[in-house]
Amino acid sequence: MSDPLTAEHVLEFPGGYTRSTGPVIGRFLTELRAGRIVGTRTAGGRVLVPPLEYDPATGDPVTGEYVEVGPAGTVTACAWVAEPRPEHPLDRPFAWALIQLDGADTALVHAVDAGNPKAVRPGTRVWPVWRGERRGHITDLSCFAPEVTRIVSPVRVPYTLRAGGALGVFLEGIRRGVFIGGRCASCGKVYVPYRLSCPQCGVAIGERVELPDTGTVTTFAINNLPDPRAPEVPFVSAYVLLDGADVPLIALVGGIPAHEVRQGMRVRAEWVPESERTASMANIRWFAPTGELDVEL
Amino acid sequence: MAERCAVIGVGQTHYTTKRRDVSIAGLVREAALRALEDAGLTFQDIDAVVIGKAPDLFEGVMMPEAYLADALGAAGKPMMRVHTAGSVGGSTALVGAGLIQSGVHERVLVVAFEKQSESNATWALSTHLPFSSSLVVGAGGYFAPHIREYMRRSGAPGHIGVLVAVKDRLNALKNPYAHLRIPGIDRAMVESTPMLWEPIRYLETCPSSDGACAIVLSSERAATGTPAWVHGAAMRSEPIFRAGRDTVSPQAGKDCAADVYRQAGVTDPRRRLDVAEVYVPFSWYEPMWLENLGFAAEGEGWKVTESGATALDGDIPWNPSGGVLSSNPIGASGLIRFAEAALQVRGAAGDHQVDGARLALGHAYGGGAQFFAMWIVGREKP
Repeated sequence: MSDPLTAEHVLEFPGGYTRSTGPVIGRFLTELRAGRIVGTRTAGGRVLVPPLEYDPATGDPVTGEYVEVGPAGTVTACAWVAEPRPEHPLDRPFAWALIQLDGADTALVHAVDAGNPKAVRPGTRVWPVWRGERRGHITDLSCFAPEVTRIVSPVRVPYTLRAGGALGVFLEGIRRGVFIGGRCASCGKVYVPYRLSCPQCGVAIGERVELPDTGTVTTFAINNLPDPRAPEVPFVSAYVLLDGADVPLIALVGGIPAHEVRQGMRVRAEWVPESERTASMANIRWFAPTGELDVEL
Repeated sequence: MAERCAVIGVGQTHYTTKRRDVSIAGLVREAALRALEDAGLTFQDIDAVVIGKAPDLFEGVMMPEAYLADALGAAGKPMMRVHTAGSVGGSTALVGAGLIQSGVHERVLVVAFEKQSESNATWALSTHLPFSSSLVVGAGGYFAPHIREYMRRSGAPGHIGVLVAVKDRLNALKNPYAHLRIPGIDRAMVESTPMLWEPIRYLETCPSSDGACAIVLSSERAATGTPAWVHGAAMRSEPIFRAGRDTVSPQAGKDCAADVYRQAGVTDPRRRLDVAEVYVPFSWYEPMWLENLGFAAEGEGWKVTESGATALDGDIPWNPSGGVLSSNPIGASGLIRFAEAALQVRGAAGDHQVDGARLALGHAYGGGAQFFAMWIVGREKP
């Protein structure tokens, strides 16, 4: 401070005040150190938590009866603290709450570690979170927290996928820039991608057929729902019936605004440069219009 | 079938986005106890339990039937799990019915569930394997092209899907168990929502729901209460990648419908049936299934929808419960259709009851429209 008429001053009794608890508060703190919360019963039968030495309703001493309450309780009122101060019990946003512990007739004030303001409201059930080392002090209760109502259960199953068999044959073709299909000897239908059996006839498919990279869009969707693993929206996923095939492929259509794609539109695969090709469908950037007249479906 | 089979109890949970207050076990038990209460029975009266749900990846619990046996009172009893993707709820009911019709058991508890809030179905349905391109995002991404093809073939005007989206949500307002209850729902509201997978708008899709449904099936001699009698039961499937497969009106759906109609003696479903609960997760599937199931000629389904015939006060109400468009705990969605059909013919559907319903269709489909399950239930014995 540069202002000579302003000075810092700290008023702090060295080591802190030593305060006698008296029997009632002493019992409460002793029980806290043992991991229990107790209240006192008044002559009128009410259970006061935190305990008082004298009944505020009558001015009489409370009875010598200590009643274990909680450990859970119900929030009766709360206020959210979005920006905790250094002296607050938690270093993250929390709620100050009035908590009526089970079996008590009064509420105590404490912090509720709820994570977000929607997770605590009057009626929320909360449980104590105890400090690791207790010493007979109100802060033996670190805070209260809502009941456990769900857990996170990670499931992660790593696979090693090997494109063998029919898929390997097809992808080898894709690496070369060719669509490989198979013709069923029984029904004569041509399936692409190449597969080992006919789903209609159930017989083995032996004959491999190389198909051109041109075809017709039979139908399509314009996708506006983003997915981190899919192309940027809006993208057109289309059924493309390759010339000479009897089943369509699902493929991306590009090189044309989404709303100009048509059923019956002629398209050709747009391959990535040969130097970038791998045994993957990523070789095909998309199918783009050829400019031919649309086909009657 | 040698033995008659009846639905004698139905139990549902309230369908909602997140049932954070119960475990999966608590959820299925809630539906099971309500079904047992409806039948006036307890777990002790049950011979076997059949449970269905959609892919395990939805909750990440492998073989949930093993974990759920205790919750469903199945200890010491036969317990089996059914899985046919989205149609599983229907298939589960049919497996249960088969155990009665074959004379193996007297009373079978059938339960189906999904707790979608434990993960994300779009994630679980789009695993994006290596070597392929990742182009299909969720079920909507898969079905949108087939809806577009239906619109092209039939020449249906673009608002037909909106009509279904409004109609089913109006019905949901009469169903206390429905998830989406949207006061003031109308065409303008649906049309104002964005295209997720064009031509499918946000409000033309089903919600993600938590929920369970249960039914108690019994033989004729063990029946209690007010039975809904099974008049026909059929399942069909077809290969998804078959050359020439009609993805708009799959052959397996037509074959399944023909089979269930034959068993029930139904030749004209629109006239003979009083109500249908049909799996319509995207609004356009109402006109598509109207044709596939023979309620309308090919290309004419949208006209039936447009005429109002499928509304609650129409001549053939479809999805008076609000349907999958209003509640979609995926694994349970098919069973809910089957259970709602039974509630209708038992006269127990409450505010969404179709007056005098005597014969009802329950329908479910799944996968890439490659699995089908259907039953017809009636007030009278077959």
